[in-house]
Amino acid sequence: MKIATFCLMFAMAVGSACQAASNKACDEIDRLVFDKLTKEGIPASEYCSDEVFLRRVYLDMIGTLPTKEETLTFLESKSLNKRSDLIEELFKRDEFADYWSMKWCDLLRVKAEFPSKLWPNAVQAYYRWIHTAVQHNMPYDEFARTLLISSGSNFREGPVNFYRAMPAHSPEETARIVALTFMGIRTDRWDRDKLLGMAAFFGSINYKGTAEWKEEIVYHDPSRKLLDPETNMPVPLRFPDGTLAEIPDGADPRPVFAEWLIGNPAFDRNIANRIWYWLLGRGIIHEADDIHPDNPPQNKALLDFLAGELESHDYDLRHLYRIILNSRTYQLSSIHNEANQSDQTNFSHYYMRRLDAEVLIDAICQITGTTESYSSDIPEPFTFIPENERSIRLADGSITSPFLELFGRPPRDSGFESERNNNPSSAQKLYLLNSTHIQEKIRSNGELLGITDKRYTPNKQTDRLKNPSAWKPPRKALDDMYLTILSRHPTPEEFEIAKAYVHASELSRYDASIDIVWALLNSKEFIFRH
Amino acid sequence: MNKNHFSITDMTRRDMLRCSAAAGAGSLLLGARPAAALPAATGKAKSVIQIWMWGGPSHLDTFDPKPGAGADYCGPYTSPIETNVSGIRICERLPLLARQADKYSIIRSMTHGINGHETASYVTQTGRPAGTGDVYPCAGAVVSRFKGYDAGYKGLIPPYIVLTRPQGRFSESGFMGLRYKPFATGGKPSASVFNVEGIVQEGITEARQINRRRLLQDLDTFGRKAEGQAGLTGMDACTEQAYDLILGDAGKVFDVQNEDPKLRERYGKNDFGASCLIARKLVEAGVPYVTINYEGWDTHKKHFEIMNKKLTEMDRGFSTLLDDLHQRGLLDSTIVWWGGEFGRTPKIQWEAPWNGGRGHFGKCFSHVIAGGGFQGGQVIGTSNATGMEVDNRPVYPMDLIGSIYEQLGIDGAARLPHPQGLDVRVCPTEAEGVMSGGLLKEIMS
Repeated sequence: MKIATFCLMFAMAVGSACQAASNKACDEIDRLVFDKLTKEGIPASEYCSDEVFLRRVYLDMIGTLPTKEETLTFLESKSLNKRSDLIEELFKRDEFADYWSMKWCDLLRVKAEFPSKLWPNAVQAYYRWIHTAVQHNMPYDEFARTLLISSGSNFREGPVNFYRAMPAHSPEETARIVALTFMGIRTDRWDRDKLLGMAAFFGSINYKGTAEWKEEIVYHDPSRKLLDPETNMPVPLRFPDGTLAEIPDGADPRPVFAEWLIGNPAFDRNIANRIWYWLLGRGIIHEADDIHPDNPPQNKALLDFLAGELESHDYDLRHLYRIILNSRTYQLSSIHNEANQSDQTNFSHYYMRRLDAEVLIDAICQITGTTESYSSDIPEPFTFIPENERSIRLADGSITSPFLELFGRPPRDSGFESERNNNPSSAQKLYLLNSTHIQEKIRSNGELLGITDKRYTPNKQTDRLKNPSAWKPPRKALDDMYLTILSRHPTPEEFEIAKAYVHASELSRYDASIDIVWALLNSKEFIFRH
Repeated sequence: MNKNHFSITDMTRRDMLRCSAAAGAGSLLLGARPAAALPAATGKAKSVIQIWMWGGPSHLDTFDPKPGAGADYCGPYTSPIETNVSGIRICERLPLLARQADKYSIIRSMTHGINGHETASYVTQTGRPAGTGDVYPCAGAVVSRFKGYDAGYKGLIPPYIVLTRPQGRFSESGFMGLRYKPFATGGKPSASVFNVEGIVQEGITEARQINRRRLLQDLDTFGRKAEGQAGLTGMDACTEQAYDLILGDAGKVFDVQNEDPKLRERYGKNDFGASCLIARKLVEAGVPYVTINYEGWDTHKKHFEIMNKKLTEMDRGFSTLLDDLHQRGLLDSTIVWWGGEFGRTPKIQWEAPWNGGRGHFGKCFSHVIAGGGFQGGQVIGTSNATGMEVDNRPVYPMDLIGSIYEQLGIDGAARLPHPQGLDVRVCPTEAEGVMSGGLLKEIMS
């Protein structure tokens, strides 16, 4: 009873949040989540503040930190619809396509070297196709269908690389990857005949080289069929639900499979669940790529509803993003209350996670006005990434850095979601606390440190810096640091702590400013999405 | 200063409590989710130093010279030299190693037949065939599993170190994941200060480190509000542990400035020489696996020009490492493994655009193994007169890696932690279709 009253009051407080988007769908998500919370007796956390929302939605939607200017604009806006308006703006950003292409490239194992061995040219072709699809919001059924039925050159037809980025070029392996990617199902739980029946749809795929170095044609070869290794007889085409497929002799069986897949409920549920997982940090079915009868959805009605929305909106993935992001469920605070601290499955508060490796280094680069150098001198042709390119735009999983490796960027070996490791480790802490790499970045941005003197060069404490006029007023300097790094203003208490540090330590203002920036970069508020 | 300050002692105690509640200390270093703890593996060998010859060194121009094969095979290296073991001859550009031949054994019959860098690197370092659907962990990651934090290793220095950068050819820890990845030092080992990323930082005094740490604690207002949440658990313990390394003496192991100048000279004052010296210090400090990623052996062009220079550098560092380990009584417990992903084409490519280069050659190549219970002064297997084929006693990557595991006391029948729970042995059986010529029993004591 008490909880129900709480929810009602809550609903009134945030009623305007979904105006611009599909109001009803947002409300339905919230009703399904809050019904479950009421049933479990778990009170939800409060609605998150504008500062928190801004930072969260930037990181979740575009993998990029809001700038100081963007932060001020949003915080000062008086518009009632400013949250939903911001969501619409972020869809249009290039970083939206960059960030979600990165996610898809993880699942589709886009890398030049072992084990995908796509080679650099094909990585570029494949990446460009994926990026374009995300940018133009290609309907998801078309996205999947194109990947499954394409034929042609790996350098010219991007999506054919789906069949090349397999750990092994066998029909069974292909079936395993297709089930994992598009159904969230692990076929090692299947019996042999079920896997073979599905593999038979990929039994006629063949690969051939051309005169061009490392070019490869993927094509349907009517003379090839999957043979049962025990009987040496052709395996009949059998869908995973057990029904047999009939196709004319010599026809490509892949389109038949693609249509079955797209019409199957597992197809909608997989992507609906994944998007929920990507945005909320936990799948309704968790892990998101281990869907099986003994791992039921935590909230079946919610998953059914999301899957239904996708189907009724022509597989428009942005519709799903939109209704989730505008929901009050998504916009709950990450700070727990006494009664929901231990909840990790019912979405009573926003679950915190460490920033993705690429997002973290991009955020540090943005704040400090620095760049990263990426290149690959293996294999030929050599690849050099422009200095100002963000790490979330790296097409090739083989192009990496010690930072990305340390912070758990997925190797793109298997296509499992769990490959991305966002667990904190003390080796990561060491790096953030004490590496030259991070230290140099902090030093390089005079503006961030509070220096107004345009002639500032990093690592030089010239006499000019002893002059107070070379510096912003302390309050302004700290305000800028907080807005740039944490997307909010400092509290009076924080201002006092910083002031005390400058006065009490033996350090120059220059060194003390470096230390304050350093401390903010090392704070949990910076390192985690919250 | 601010009244809210905790004294360092208070803070440490508080964090200690949280730390012990969160997880065992050492296990945090390389990422959470440890697999089940293990008893420590015990064998003759305690550590491995792997000199990874990145790019694939020519076998003919190092440990398997073929003076009789003619100029098209030997190029300018026509006069191999005798070593201190009668009957063993190696390239004339390796005079110092020639004096240490009693300490190592040469495998002249390594083979896997793969000529692509990425697949050959994978096969040579994991022992597994490619294209099985899973990416297996390399030897360093497996050793890190069986001799690292899971098995009671307590060192502050991570158990698997790479000097200085990861290869990027494949993910070293394979399906075992982040926890078993090597710690890449970054930095320049031969510089006056070797900045090991995170561990050694120039110009920040200890007093300032301590002040900074307090500032961080004070400014962590959000962390206090969110304290106790699942996502944040362990973060404070990680910070605590990081500071043990930042403020303690453990990081000094990377500093060669205070070593005997004569010894440093013998190792060679270049990155490879300094890496060899640091590798010895790491092993001395108990680190179970150190890889020196030694770049620059993919000599398609200007092959002999590069070899003339690099062989001298390699000769110094490698031979001094063997001698130094021996002098300190560490060679018996330290395996030194030298080799790359393949050899190079025995027949020199005189034609354009190579103009006297050597290509990739996975059919027959050489590796060297020393210490840790492996006998020295032996040659295993032979190649034919041109180095094109293995003549007898083929050694496949798994034979060598399996032998290393055995010397370390790692049971080949033990299981590797797999994220999907698959049952995976440390060493595959023949039934799994892995080529094998048998463990190197002839040199294992």
